[in-house]
Amino acid sequence: MDAINNSILTLIILAPLAGAVLIALVPDRAKLPNWIALLTALVTFGLTLHLLAHFDYGNTGFQFGINLPWITSPAIFYHVGIDGLSLWLVVLTGLLAPVGVIASWNAIAERRKIFYSLFLVQQTAMFGVFISLDLMLYYGFWELSLVPMAILIAMYGRKDGPKAALKFFLFTFIPSAPLLVAILWLYAKTGSFDFSTLQLLITYGHFPAGPMCWAALAFLFAFAVKVPIFPIHGWLADTFSEAPVALAMVVAGKLGLYSMLRFHIGLFPVQAHAAAPYLIALAVIGILYGACLALVQRDFWRLLAFAALSHLSLIVLGIYGFTSTGSAGAVYQILNHGVIDGALFLLLGALYDRYATSQIASYGGLATNVPRLATLFVITSLAMIGLPLLNNFVGEFLILSSTFIGVSRSWTVAAALGVILGAAYMLWLVQRIFYGPQSTLAASKSGMNNDLQFRELAVLAPLAVLMLVMGIAPSIWLGTIEKGVHPHSPDIRVVDGHFMTQGGQR
Amino acid sequence: MIPVPDIFRILPEVVLTVTGVIVMLIDASLPSSTPRRSLGWIAAFGTVAALWVSLWQLSLPQGTGFYGTVETSAFTVFFHVLICGIVLVALLVSLDTLPEDSHHQGEYYALVVFGAVGMCLLTGAVELLVVFIALEISSISTYVLAGYRKNTGRGPEAAIKYFLLGSFATAFLLYGVAMIFGATGTTQIYEIAHLAPTAANHSFVLAAMALMLVGILFKVSAAPFHVWTPDVYEGAPAPVVALLSTAPKAAAFALLLRVAFEIFPSLHAIWSPLLWIVAALSMTVGNLAALRQQNVKRMLAYSSIAHAGYLLAAFACATDVRGFGIGGIAAASFYTAAYAAMNVGIFAVITLVSGYDEELPFIQDFRGLIYRSPFLGSLLIFFLVSLVGIPFTGGFFGKFYSFSVAVGGGAVWLAIIGLLNSGLAAAYYLRLALVSVQHRENGHFENEIPSPRVGVAVGAALLFAAAATLVLGIAPNEVLHQAEEGAYTLQAPPAEVSAPLDKAAAQPVP
Repeated sequence: MDAINNSILTLIILAPLAGAVLIALVPDRAKLPNWIALLTALVTFGLTLHLLAHFDYGNTGFQFGINLPWITSPAIFYHVGIDGLSLWLVVLTGLLAPVGVIASWNAIAERRKIFYSLFLVQQTAMFGVFISLDLMLYYGFWELSLVPMAILIAMYGRKDGPKAALKFFLFTFIPSAPLLVAILWLYAKTGSFDFSTLQLLITYGHFPAGPMCWAALAFLFAFAVKVPIFPIHGWLADTFSEAPVALAMVVAGKLGLYSMLRFHIGLFPVQAHAAAPYLIALAVIGILYGACLALVQRDFWRLLAFAALSHLSLIVLGIYGFTSTGSAGAVYQILNHGVIDGALFLLLGALYDRYATSQIASYGGLATNVPRLATLFVITSLAMIGLPLLNNFVGEFLILSSTFIGVSRSWTVAAALGVILGAAYMLWLVQRIFYGPQSTLAASKSGMNNDLQFRELAVLAPLAVLMLVMGIAPSIWLGTIEKGVHPHSPDIRVVDGHFMTQGGQR
Repeated sequence: MIPVPDIFRILPEVVLTVTGVIVMLIDASLPSSTPRRSLGWIAAFGTVAALWVSLWQLSLPQGTGFYGTVETSAFTVFFHVLICGIVLVALLVSLDTLPEDSHHQGEYYALVVFGAVGMCLLTGAVELLVVFIALEISSISTYVLAGYRKNTGRGPEAAIKYFLLGSFATAFLLYGVAMIFGATGTTQIYEIAHLAPTAANHSFVLAAMALMLVGILFKVSAAPFHVWTPDVYEGAPAPVVALLSTAPKAAAFALLLRVAFEIFPSLHAIWSPLLWIVAALSMTVGNLAALRQQNVKRMLAYSSIAHAGYLLAAFACATDVRGFGIGGIAAASFYTAAYAAMNVGIFAVITLVSGYDEELPFIQDFRGLIYRSPFLGSLLIFFLVSLVGIPFTGGFFGKFYSFSVAVGGGAVWLAIIGLLNSGLAAAYYLRLALVSVQHRENGHFENEIPSPRVGVAVGAALLFAAAATLVLGIAPNEVLHQAEEGAYTLQAPPAEVSAPLDKAAAQPVP
């Protein structure tokens, strides 16, 4: 078992890559690439479940760690490991992979080989980001995650793919330039890219304060664009309306938010505290701005994009409130957002496949035509607006209550207003698509059997159940998350304890 | 210890020269109607032999031959192997793409090989007159090759421009050599290194350094000495550009490393800021100009100017008390290798897609390439991704080493300028990549343009370049190790150890 535990993270990275190579080699016949991709995704998901089974929940340090020299000069290590913060994100990524494959099953009708191999490469890059503990390795996967995404948006974009792809790539690539300089600067000062070592050296003040501020800002800027937060969210709407469903549901949020928690707050707690008031302000503006714009969108992909901006900003608010409950709520909310956004993308993608338009005005009165789709859509929408007993409620409640008590009442009230607006745009969307008089489009296709098929139900039903379970029994997740979030609070004693468990390896 | 025969010190050059002469002789003796393609194979085998001989030279003890004029060391072997590899790929690409009915194929292959002789000799020479001769051998071959498409207007124009500006550059270099001879009374690099810091006429030394730098920066097409590059690249045949943009530049960078770190390490404080400015200028000018290009070869010409800038950032490295920087030399050497791998590869793809006569030279002509030819399309994207500098490709580690030594040397701003520039560069590389995955508006394009045929030789060349780019991105250890070994050998030996030389020449000129 030890052998498996030692190599499990490597297997998780390599499995999708192996699948991608296999797909590139086999002929593009019938649904062969689909099946290989599905199988690979399921195997990978299985491997991530192994993590759950063998994770030591009492331990706050990094687990399943491997630390091998990769490049001798400069000293880059293949150092991977996970803790309570990354555990569930890895599992979520594993879960969404088969969902993505099934979402693309019929939507991607041509050049499947390219699509599925790049999709799997994208999975590898995402896993890599979550498990890397060497800054260069992390940066490698971070950059790698852009390429398949940009190519797939360009190839499978709905209307103007290449333009959206260029926008996405440049928006996220250019801020990573200062990030690399900051990483190199840290290395020049310490001779190490290792996360734990750097964290330790920074805690004990080995760095001049001025440049540290700039380094922290470079990290923050790169992550903030990726999340995105207001006002650097320009790429989001175009990407959401152009990207294939399977990729759109992984693009926003997770990578940037995780990186903020791990590498911005983890490495630069002092600077992060100093930046917190501005970030809280931007987050609240983002919540309201996103919600207001979502209210007036005519295209449901763009509506979803601005809704995402609003929800992601709420998570940023939780992260930079620096309360332990808020941080845990934020991480929980990342998971919720992944599940709910995944389901929404699937549902809207199903609508788009059937009716070939994303104009909300073209829909109307669909509920009688597609009852199952409507039911699931309503459940997902209710989860998204934070109905008690469903998952978003828990996360939003934790974030808002902790911010209210620990940070600022006025900002919290403003943020809560955004949550109410969220209910407005989601319910209005449901009403416009599924209820009211039947539109000509809906009437013209009313004779066909357009409801969800077994394939789609098989994916959506578990997601809906998950929303319920995550709403009723959040303690399953929160226990681990809290252990993972704690070492990143700027409390010297905790960092010390971290040193005792982690520093011994070096 | 048995002394190493002098001939062993230049054995790769000898092998290449013999190959070139054989190719020319056979070419002259064949009836004019016989196809010359097999001569290309002879040239390719000769190059492989030279590459192998260069590797064998590693087993020789480091030292000089022919009265201290040529050297073999880990440094020279690194660049010999690199240049032979580039020439091999260029030959393989030419084999499948030169038109069958061309009367001058034999000449073409011979010139490529003779050019390689000059480039190899340039990296091994430790005597400035030999440096000059080597530079001329390589330049004259490449001037002719640049104008190889005589029937087009642009071919001769390219050759003339290249020739005129190249001659200027050589003249600058030669003036520099004359100045340093005037100041120190010798043209042997190690002796200059010892005499230059204490030379009576210091301003001569400074002028010599400046003139030599100008000459070499012309050759590597760094801004503001870059104006010839786009026109020459546009006019020359694509396989020749694959060679031009990599091999002579690698040789010139080797020379620049020698000049900077071996001859004038004591003047580090003077040339370092100069190269800082040239690096920042090259990146910015190259990338800004590349953004607006429609012709793929012109775009890549400007991109090569930018890459020269990234490479020059390595010269801002941290140095020891004598002004000697191991990290910088290793990073620069590594960058030449990484750049060569991806650039030769992308020009091979362009040769195939645009055709030898370049019926399809524009970015828009690459539209839908990945559907026409998945092999070429994916390789194009791969090489472009490497040029952008995405991790797990050679381009990333090249830039990474270059900028990390710059940051280590305190040039944080240069690294920031460089990395912002690589964001800028992503815009035009990506434009080409995205065009190649774009559909035609009306949905059918497969039958409009025939999909390019990929022959065995050019296929092998492409795979070789792609494999090199990938290996440099995933397992750069070995190459970087060799580059570092080379960097250590670049140091001028202490005066008493250096080979016994003709002391009569060492008297300063009155």
